[in-house]
Amino acid sequence: MSSGNAIDKSIRSGFGRETLTRRKLTDLLFASAGLFVMLLALSALLSLLGQLAFDGADRLSWQFLTSYPSRFAAQAGILTAWLGTVVVMLLTALIAVPLGLATAIYLEEYASRNWFTDVIEINIANLAGVPSIVYGLMALGLLVYEFHLGQSFLTAGLTLGMLILPMVIIATREAIRAVPPQIREAAYALGATKWQTVKDHVMPYSMGGILTGLILALSRAVGETAPLITVGALSFIAFLPHAPWQADLPYISLQWIFDPFTVMPIQMFNWISRPQEDFHANAAAAGIVLLLMTLTMNAFAIAIRARFRKRIRW
Amino acid sequence: MTVSAQPCTTLKAEARNLSFFYGNTKALEHISLGLRDRCATALIGPSGCGKTTYLRCMNRMHDLYPGNRYEGELLLYPERINLVGQDIDPIEIRMRIGMVFQKPNPFPKSIYENVAYGLRIREAITRQNLDQAVERALRDAALWSEVKDRLHEQAFNLSGGQQQRLCIARALATGPEMLLFDEPTSALDPSATARIEELVTTLKQKVTIVIVTHNMQQAARVSDYTAFMYEGRLIECDRTEKIFTNPSNKLTEEYVTGRFG
Amino acid sequence: MDADVAKSHVFKRTREFQVPPILVPRLKEKGIELLLMLAALASIAVTVGIVGVLSYESFMFFRHVPLLDFLTDGQWTPLFSEPHYGILSLVSGTLVTTTVALLVAIPAGSMVAIYLSEYAPRSVRETVKPVLELLSAVPTVVYGYFALLFVTPALQKIWPELPGFNMLSAGLVIGIMIVPYVSSVSEDAMRAVPLYLREGAYALGATRMQTALRVVFPSALSGIAAAYVLGVSRAIGETMVVAIAAGMQPTLTWNPLEPAATMTAYIVQVSLGDLPHGSIGYQTIFATGLTLLLMTLVFNIAGHVLRKRYRQVY
Repeated sequence: MSSGNAIDKSIRSGFGRETLTRRKLTDLLFASAGLFVMLLALSALLSLLGQLAFDGADRLSWQFLTSYPSRFAAQAGILTAWLGTVVVMLLTALIAVPLGLATAIYLEEYASRNWFTDVIEINIANLAGVPSIVYGLMALGLLVYEFHLGQSFLTAGLTLGMLILPMVIIATREAIRAVPPQIREAAYALGATKWQTVKDHVMPYSMGGILTGLILALSRAVGETAPLITVGALSFIAFLPHAPWQADLPYISLQWIFDPFTVMPIQMFNWISRPQEDFHANAAAAGIVLLLMTLTMNAFAIAIRARFRKRIRW
Repeated sequence: MTVSAQPCTTLKAEARNLSFFYGNTKALEHISLGLRDRCATALIGPSGCGKTTYLRCMNRMHDLYPGNRYEGELLLYPERINLVGQDIDPIEIRMRIGMVFQKPNPFPKSIYENVAYGLRIREAITRQNLDQAVERALRDAALWSEVKDRLHEQAFNLSGGQQQRLCIARALATGPEMLLFDEPTSALDPSATARIEELVTTLKQKVTIVIVTHNMQQAARVSDYTAFMYEGRLIECDRTEKIFTNPSNKLTEEYVTGRFG
Repeated sequence: MDADVAKSHVFKRTREFQVPPILVPRLKEKGIELLLMLAALASIAVTVGIVGVLSYESFMFFRHVPLLDFLTDGQWTPLFSEPHYGILSLVSGTLVTTTVALLVAIPAGSMVAIYLSEYAPRSVRETVKPVLELLSAVPTVVYGYFALLFVTPALQKIWPELPGFNMLSAGLVIGIMIVPYVSSVSEDAMRAVPLYLREGAYALGATRMQTALRVVFPSALSGIAAAYVLGVSRAIGETMVVAIAAGMQPTLTWNPLEPAATMTAYIVQVSLGDLPHGSIGYQTIFATGLTLLLMTLVFNIAGHVLRKRYRQVY
């Protein structure tokens, strides 16, 4: 019986036990390699942060935060840059939030499954993967020249708004989906209309996820440089935009949305593109501020997510 | 409008040759069933027999999902409205017929807001009336004494049995003519179950009740009439005592004596 | 009993609530649905805008430049008196930096994913996950700074002849940048592999490494392939790191130790300058952008298809 012989052989050889030590060793090596790679990633992050802090921490000062750009590195500051970032972010949110929420609500609660809905969904998934500079190109041709909006805050807000729109839609949809169908059924069974169910239940209960996704998307937009360069951000703006108010009726002025603009990452890019080392220090300082802005927003988003998770546990 | 003095005599709703399709599958076949006014009717039958499907036809819950179709009639008395008719707005139906679900599903709001919601969406109520209506509903659901001091606490803090009574109060607050119960105690422990059953026995004097249950003893305890369904068809409907002691149909007899289920 | 029944609140209620007129609430619901649908169409409008602008300007471009020249000419010098319009130089820059990035990101990202999915105890996961999130939150300008002023000097200690602008530094940093992306998508794919498959291997006496490499990894292959492909798309579209650290000289070279311009860096370079609207120089950036879009589209579609496949298997 040949099979019997084969089995006898295996038994006598110990079922491959002598290879066990070798296999265990390879396993250990593999695990160490994994840990090593992660340590590398960690050290990359630390050296990045360290380099930035080392180069730029000296330049951080009240003067730096409140000065205009200048030909002289020591006098230059990021006033117009961070103000510009704040303004552009506001406009971006104004564009992305209503459109993003409305689209997500439509897709999740109203749209029936047909080719039209599929097209919209595929399109959104596609847009999420388009390089950001392409959005800049589109904005240049369409918004700046075709619609004559100029190289202004308005254009910047529209561009970045369109850029983060897919992110907002996707995050909102996920948040809406987390609301259990039983809650919707309970609302409908009481005689609520679809809009009442969405307004009184679906939206409030998914707000945590929506806000988190929104803030994360905005923090991405804060760091976006390429599309805004293409659209025509200037990096030497030594003046503030028009104030949003005015002395006579109607007391609110929208002049500022047509003003030329700059933002933090572009200022940093401009400084780092110069050969002089003092401007590099400025760039590093700007980078620290930019990083702080981004990380604060991320931390905020995570805190909101945690707080909402505590309140509503399905 | 004269109010019929005797409960369980006149019809409140009647299915006439009602069929229902999930897409191409026929889930209910030619159901003709009368539900008596201010009476508790139990729907029993093995899993998949269509009892919940029938229940959800009554308040048009199927309309929430695509691909469903009704045939035949489901009449609501005394106006003889066809509940499954194309020209009837499901929202209006749901304002007159309430539902309590299998797993308690209170909103993640306060106890007060849960009960008040059905009234709020009808828009025509003052704050004072709202307070009164909420209290009345909670009393009718035998929950008031347990929650009266914590009306503004989260509903999720209540126990399972309390949550289900809250859902009943929520459905009662708007004064429905009929209440549909879809296996309301299957997720609850025995003592909570007993309290709900007691509640149903009290409520059935005021509201027409249809209760789907897979627990035959529950049907026997709680209902005046029982309908036995099997594979999408109505096999037999009669007074509860008769169904459980001397059913006319052999299939009914086999089910109630436990020969299959 | 009758009096009690007649006074019962239930009957009073039924009379108080008349059936409301259907028409007005219905109109409002329909109106809301229409508004939401219009918002959803905005995403389609964005795509139409992108495709429209890029196509139109590229069309104008190709009226002057034959497609064959565009694809085969070895030089890209649109602004010279004797202009050449061969996209190959820019494509080579993109391909080289992308390849370097992938050589870093794919092994590192997979390793991290395998370790986190199969090995890591809770404490390690809790530390590594935030590090990865941090890595992905850093703005790309900051990465560019890091590439130019840390990585390049560090590499120059090894190869003193390394030029200040080179594709190697840029590629390495892009690789670090997309590691979190590759690892998170891969990890998702591996976690989706059901426990019972792993248990089958362990029950036979396999070590963790053997289970990971021979059971989990192959089962999750389409999801992991999706991660790689999407990483490629990200690397191709990256702008700021290459604009800062790889130089802006379009040269047809396959040597990462040299400076070169990528498609994205070229667009930035032109945008920083002053090209009159409608000139051929202006149109070149749209032709470049179109090429870029088509390349990323191919990879995005491939990634999407692969992702759908792994999601359906279980």
